[in-house]
Amino acid sequence: MPNTLQTSQVSNDETERLKNVAADILAEAKKQGADQVEAAISVGKGLSVNARLGEVETIEHHRDQGIGITVYKGQRKGSASSTKLNKAAIEEMVSAACAIARYAEEDPFSGLADKELLAMDFPDLSLYHPWAVSAEQAIEMAISCENAARFYDKKITNSEGASIQTFEGTRVLANSHGFNHGYPSSRHSMSCSVIGESDGNMQRDYWYTVARKASDMEAAVKVGEMAAQRTVQRLGARSISTRKCPVMFAAEVSGGLIGHFISAIRGGNLYRKSTFLLDSLNQQVFPSFMNIYEQPLLPKAMGSASYDAEGVATSHRSIVDSGVVQGYVLGSYSAKKLGMKSTANAGGVHNLTVEPGELDFDQMLREMNTGLLVTELIGHGVNTLTGDYSRGAAGYWVENGEIQFPVEEVTIAGNLKDIYKSIVSVGNDVDLRGNTRTGSILISEMTLAGT
Amino acid sequence: MTDLIQQAENLILKPVGLSLNDIDQLMGQLLSSSIDQADIYFQSSRSESWVLEDGIVKDGNYNIEQGVGLRAVSGEKTGFAYSEELALPGLLDAAKSVRAIARLGQSGVLKPVSQSHVPALYAAIDPLALMSREEKVSLLKNIDQQTRQIDKRIEQVIISLVGVHEVVLVATEDGRLSSDIRPLVRMNVSVIVEENGRREQGGSGGGGRHGYDYFLQQDRAMNYAREAVRLALVNLEAVDAPAGNMTVVLGPGWPGILLHEAIGHGLEGDFNRKGSSAFSGRIGEKVASDLCTVVDDGTLEHRRGSLSIDDEGVQSQCTTLIENGVLKGYMHDKMNARLMGTSSTGNGRRESYAHLPMPRMTNTYMRAGQSDPGDILSSVKKGLYAVNFAGGQVDITSGKFVFSASEAYLIENGKITTPVKGATLIGNGPDVLTKVSMVGNDLELDSGVGTCGKEGQSVPVGVGQPTLKIDGLTVGGTHA
Repeated sequence: MPNTLQTSQVSNDETERLKNVAADILAEAKKQGADQVEAAISVGKGLSVNARLGEVETIEHHRDQGIGITVYKGQRKGSASSTKLNKAAIEEMVSAACAIARYAEEDPFSGLADKELLAMDFPDLSLYHPWAVSAEQAIEMAISCENAARFYDKKITNSEGASIQTFEGTRVLANSHGFNHGYPSSRHSMSCSVIGESDGNMQRDYWYTVARKASDMEAAVKVGEMAAQRTVQRLGARSISTRKCPVMFAAEVSGGLIGHFISAIRGGNLYRKSTFLLDSLNQQVFPSFMNIYEQPLLPKAMGSASYDAEGVATSHRSIVDSGVVQGYVLGSYSAKKLGMKSTANAGGVHNLTVEPGELDFDQMLREMNTGLLVTELIGHGVNTLTGDYSRGAAGYWVENGEIQFPVEEVTIAGNLKDIYKSIVSVGNDVDLRGNTRTGSILISEMTLAGT
Repeated sequence: MTDLIQQAENLILKPVGLSLNDIDQLMGQLLSSSIDQADIYFQSSRSESWVLEDGIVKDGNYNIEQGVGLRAVSGEKTGFAYSEELALPGLLDAAKSVRAIARLGQSGVLKPVSQSHVPALYAAIDPLALMSREEKVSLLKNIDQQTRQIDKRIEQVIISLVGVHEVVLVATEDGRLSSDIRPLVRMNVSVIVEENGRREQGGSGGGGRHGYDYFLQQDRAMNYAREAVRLALVNLEAVDAPAGNMTVVLGPGWPGILLHEAIGHGLEGDFNRKGSSAFSGRIGEKVASDLCTVVDDGTLEHRRGSLSIDDEGVQSQCTTLIENGVLKGYMHDKMNARLMGTSSTGNGRRESYAHLPMPRMTNTYMRAGQSDPGDILSSVKKGLYAVNFAGGQVDITSGKFVFSASEAYLIENGKITTPVKGATLIGNGPDVLTKVSMVGNDLELDSGVGTCGKEGQSVPVGVGQPTLKIDGLTVGGTHA
């Protein structure tokens, strides 16, 4: 397809152009007296449309660019960022970073990532699939998505609309160890949010799909129907009385529970001793049937990358094996503070995966028998230092493995240390949309507060 | 008074070779006969942050952001584009693509240009330049050293200092040109304490539209530090929070986050125009007890949430949302006001040139009542007294909101007793204020730390309230 070839040529040229800009920045920083320097540059463009009640509502054209640099003078560090790419802006930015480095204090642990850890192989992870969609085509697709939701059920009375977003861009990372690499990537998504009404009370829910390649997204009609179905099911929700009971986190919210674990074994929280999982290496944190690992090199996945934000090579690695913590989540700085090696997690984890269990969603409900199925969480009531957890929840009350009625205006609470230990099973209904891939998670008991 | 428009012209347009005439030409390209509203938003901001940890200032960051956002609105349809490149040919092309949102019509007629001047609520200063780097570093070091001396149980002290100098220039379809220079500073202190193997944290901070010298006045920086230590030490004593529905007394100031989540978002014009808010179509109805009067006030001098003009060039105002329990009005930007047949309330805000404006809060607070705060507490036989909060969230359609307490105590027989662990409180926006049975005479505004997120856009805001007694709110503890 000549069209594809042409686009990929454009992206190659763009990557080369940015690598040259990065090299100029490194040279400028050296000229201004930096001993070590790192630069990250990204440029991208996108289109975002929203349709509501069958009509176009917004069309947004995006064009972004940004540079971030970090310089080291000896063990002193300074950083700066800018949305301008011209020569004068680069000089100003480098000079600001160098000035900060002059006033920052000596930190024996600061510096670039170790040279021997930097990526040498750059496998094609198939992350770049530009989508030549016009605003008109995107609007048409958004309208058909929204229509599928609006006319799904007559209880759907209003809509917040459906939106299509597409983004493609190139990111380059360079440092004074000689690393200078970049690659293009793309991201396309579609979402829909509708409102239903019964007995004078409204409920809203949504659904979305996201992919590196537009044709890998769920069909517009399916996204709309899912949004409508989820909204209708919530109508008539009520609070229930305070109790202790089993809680099942549906796959679309269970990733958050695992996210709190990752946050608790992150280098920054470990060296600051601001985590309830201090010294948890080789400790049993989860039940012995649980395995958690990173898969950074999966083709087309949302969290794939062959190196982290500092250029350190990523690899498939186990974080939890048979419930025991195998490794922390470290960038160079926190690794050095802890006397360890970077785990290639500067900037986060890559395709964090909880090994799926045997049971599907319905079997998980039957396994729970009686308890709360949570499909939405609100608020930020998680304390990483103590592990205390208390969040607003909405979902369904389940008896004998069957959904009975929708629930809202309740909280669920516990301590994450206990919550992790009391995981009963992980479903095989894995949500592949995000950077955390996990099925539903069933907890044997939490405190539910309500009426 | 120095002319803000001229300053913005010098800071943003001149360096890239643009003039006010070029803005006219751009506006001409944006307008057509079916365009109801259009704006061009130039923004240039420089910000910095300094962080102290482990007793040393480890890192600082300097950020330069500049760009322009072009918008055209026809009926309910919006076209939008933005660019970091401020060259005229590119901007004219962008304006053309934005105008395509409307049916083709005759070219619009340019209105005569007028310059808007409103009284500034803060000085047009650059906080970054007003204090030297040495002084910033030594401020952080001083606070760190003094903080560590407060209590020997302190293990870790983290202090951050952030400053922003933002210049905006807005041209609107009515030919009006407005400008604002917005300084903003913030300081935060967080500490971790340890006793007998138990670790707890506390944090405090503040700021506003000032220079950094604000933190040196009235011993503010050390007051943040003392407050952070006090909170951490209280947490060392905290027991499991209760679970269930009970009487809750909220302290004055920052707990006003209740108003922001429970009713504020639900009263933003966009949701009400679309009928997606639990408050839609309820103007004139009783939504709170007679004791409650709530306003959104962008006109308070130097406050974090204040703006001399909003991001659509409209002068800030004080909007009454609820008066003696009756719902009075919504907060509007220009678009939603036009579509609902009313005027903007000066609440059109955007995170940056790269984002579309929408109705957002400024400083939202409840006016003082009559009750003595001591009388409020002594009226409660059994309940929760919550004085500090970590954040909140709301589902504006169902009306359900949460906010998470970070400092709370049991009330037993009218007395504050044991501190309890942080817990999330959950309620229903449209009826929580109907349960307000006492309002204190001690109105306080928060110290200047709030950031509000909506549809992915963050803007600085303020909240406030007097001591409030709510007869029944669900407390999400673990002690059932």
